[in-house]
Amino acid sequence: MLIQALCFYLFAIVTVASAFMVIASRNPVHSVLFLIVAFFSSAGLFVLIGAEFIAMILVIVYVGAVAVLFLFVVMMLDINFVQLRQGFLQYAPIGAIVGIILLVELFLVGASWYADPNLTVSLGAPAPSAALTTNTDALGQLFYTTYVYLFQGAGMILLVAMIGAIVLTHRTRPGVRKQKIADQVHRDRRESIEIRSVEPGQGI
Amino acid sequence: MEIGLGHYLTLAAILFTLGVVGIFLNRKNVIIILMSIELMLLAVNINLVAFSVFLHDLVGQVFAMFVLTVAAGEAAIGLAILVVYFRNRGSIAVEDINLMKG
Repeated sequence: MLIQALCFYLFAIVTVASAFMVIASRNPVHSVLFLIVAFFSSAGLFVLIGAEFIAMILVIVYVGAVAVLFLFVVMMLDINFVQLRQGFLQYAPIGAIVGIILLVELFLVGASWYADPNLTVSLGAPAPSAALTTNTDALGQLFYTTYVYLFQGAGMILLVAMIGAIVLTHRTRPGVRKQKIADQVHRDRRESIEIRSVEPGQGI
Repeated sequence: MEIGLGHYLTLAAILFTLGVVGIFLNRKNVIIILMSIELMLLAVNINLVAFSVFLHDLVGQVFAMFVLTVAAGEAAIGLAILVVYFRNRGSIAVEDINLMKG
């Protein structure tokens, strides 16, 4: 129990600190790297709580795909980031006020939350005990039975996002030579070579 | 030292607030705003998974995975729009994005 609490506090502190550095660091590349740390340590929290599948998906999707995408875009665009940071302190007071109000409200909601002891809890999908099956197995049973249409819908969302991103960023630049296989295949002897009779000593 | 639901909810509340503050602080940089949105979605995911585990109900984790899917799609489309915009205007400052004002 003590080790579990220590791990929770370690992961939680790392998550919050790196989330703070995401919004406060001067260099956007550092922001992306701190975002990776935040997601990694929250994946640790998910493992700690017993949700291994979501933890691994978080690492694969965020650290493996989204963060690399961010890093790619940050490094590809030639932006003057110093100019973009101007006005940081100008917006700091309003940001701090909004943040404090939001945090206090969230804590008030949490503190006043009260579950009626007579409440009968109706579970949507009761989790099987860890001795019987693994988390991934139980989630797979749900995804491919009850939630199969939603699962397919998620796949369609990803497909649409992929096609949309390709359509948005694809462009045909002028002056780029590309291989046209149809033209190559259509070449025949008449347009490729020419037979000339060369007079001796004159050249062409 | 029992780690309960309240600990996870507190952590998620702090993360969500950091995401909102990040949007306010970095008003000019769209990339940081997108990252703040990702932080807020992560906070929501922590809430969903914590409730799912402490109430012994797997639906929360199913929903967390759908949130993750949408977040990935949103990041891809958002960054694609950003690249196209930078190609057209040579800048990604939020103040310059006012073409629709006429």
